[in-house]
Amino acid sequence: MDQSANPPHSIRQATRAPSETVAFALMVAILLIAPFFTYPLFLMQVMCFALFACAFNLLIGYVGLLSFGHALYFGWASYLAAYSAKAWGFTPELAILTGTATAAVCGVVAGSLAIRRQGIYFAMVTLALAQMMYFFALQAKFTGGEDGIQAVPRGHLFGLIDLRNEAAMYVVVLMIFLAGFLFIYRVVHSPFGEVLKAIRENEPRAISLGYKTDRYKLIAFVLSATLAGAAGATKAIVLQLASLTDVNWPMSGEVVLMTLVGGLGTIFGPVVGAFVIQFMQYKLAVVGEWVLVIQGVIFVACVLLFRRGIIGEIANWRRIRL
Amino acid sequence: MFEVFGIPSTALFGQLLIGLINGSFYALLSLGLAVIFGMLNIINFSHGAQYMMGAFAAYLLLKYSGLGYWPALIVAPVLVGVTGMIIERLFLRWLYKLDHLYGLLLTFGLALIIEGVARNYFGSAGLPYTLPDSLRGGQNLGFMFLPNYRAWVIVASLAICFGTWFVIERTRLGAYLRAATENPTLVRAFGINVPRMITLTYGFGVALAAFAGVMAAPIYNVSPQMGSELIIVVFAVVVIGGMGSILGAIVTGFGLGVIEGLTKVFFPEASNTVIFVIMAIVLLVRPAGLFGRSG
Repeated sequence: MDQSANPPHSIRQATRAPSETVAFALMVAILLIAPFFTYPLFLMQVMCFALFACAFNLLIGYVGLLSFGHALYFGWASYLAAYSAKAWGFTPELAILTGTATAAVCGVVAGSLAIRRQGIYFAMVTLALAQMMYFFALQAKFTGGEDGIQAVPRGHLFGLIDLRNEAAMYVVVLMIFLAGFLFIYRVVHSPFGEVLKAIRENEPRAISLGYKTDRYKLIAFVLSATLAGAAGATKAIVLQLASLTDVNWPMSGEVVLMTLVGGLGTIFGPVVGAFVIQFMQYKLAVVGEWVLVIQGVIFVACVLLFRRGIIGEIANWRRIRL
Repeated sequence: MFEVFGIPSTALFGQLLIGLINGSFYALLSLGLAVIFGMLNIINFSHGAQYMMGAFAAYLLLKYSGLGYWPALIVAPVLVGVTGMIIERLFLRWLYKLDHLYGLLLTFGLALIIEGVARNYFGSAGLPYTLPDSLRGGQNLGFMFLPNYRAWVIVASLAICFGTWFVIERTRLGAYLRAATENPTLVRAFGINVPRMITLTYGFGVALAAFAGVMAAPIYNVSPQMGSELIIVVFAVVVIGGMGSILGAIVTGFGLGVIEGLTKVFFPEASNTVIFVIMAIVLLVRPAGLFGRSG
């Protein structure tokens, strides 16, 4: 990635910036208070997409790999979670685990193919593989084709807590989101994460220092796919629906858009981006097809004018790490 | 009429023909992508949308100005090519010094805008485009029926593909182009206007896509989403062939079209995915692509 678009990591590399602690506390506080003021279902959906975008950002923001096929992991995890909950009667935690594991397996296979090519080809390979799996989803019997898997039971968490209760469901989604978020934070700030950033900045140099960069890239890819799967599986349980929308290429584009709007390579950017884009789609549902045009305009504007994204611009302006 | 592996020959050759037609679109589009990538270092995600613009331009020319197929075959690519040049001047030229990824993201955004606008004005359903009289009918070759129009599409795209190859590889203009791809600064020092060449190259690549779109209009319905699914397959074609070689792009395009057509005969369930599967195999066996240099 070029210098101008890079978030200001290089300015400071403290162990933990106070700005991050404050922002994290603020985010948790907002997520705890918000359900009293707006629809919890909408917020749960936002958290699922936020986790999805954070997972995607782990690749683009910290390894510099643009995956244009992340809908594969999100969508297939949501199918398997929905199917196992509905047809096999899995409890929600097992259904989500099933979906997440599916995404991890897909991530291993697709990742080991995709990392064989670099840069722009990487994006094309991931997109093509995702499209292949979209066609499988379209043709497979268990996915329900155009109808998707509807009326997925939310079930009882650990067989005890009834998730049809909106508050219980909200707490579960919040826990999954925060766990995923903190895990990514931990990965990014670990020695492993430092190697990832080294690969992003200068891969040949990382190789010459003796790092097996392909292995690092594959692990990052699988982690990203798995977390994207966790997001998709949770979404299937929350909205009680898995459909072709989740595996098709516009979904892959949407997660790119959310991350770009929030800020590539920032910890909080994807969360803010997910909220902004979901809120926009919710408000703009009335204008129908114009949503596509508006998304396109945001893409163009972000690339030409705000390559750092919302959080990246704030971080750069306040000279803090977010 | 005879049978091959238990498949009637008419069905087999019919699908082969469809495969060749699809292959000619793959070849034209991946050729355009390769030319643009060589010069601009940008993967043009809006290529599919510009192919769709070509088809719509033909449709609108016929409907509102009465220009038929033959004039549209020239006028539509020129019009779409000009919009491409405007896009290059307004947007793309700011990205050449940045990472490749931003070019992909920007042109993806442009593709969404173009497709969204088309959906708003024309709906998602396909619009029919009537064939010119001169290309109706067909020839009975004994083993199969060959519609004239399909024969024309294959011949025309082969001609355009090899014409492009000839211009780039065998003429002075092409030599400037190849030199500017290798080292733009040096070529500028010789007094050649490289930025203008870049603009024209992008316009030409886009015009190729629009040309394919006009030829596709009578075969497929003209619809806003006709480009987006095609472009993903073309990406796979580009990954398989590699973008280093013009001839490679042409051969890979036609070859994969034929393979896809044959898959439709022998194993129809896999016809949508066969190109992606081949891509996966090529990545395993020859990561740089069949004709590609590494990278």
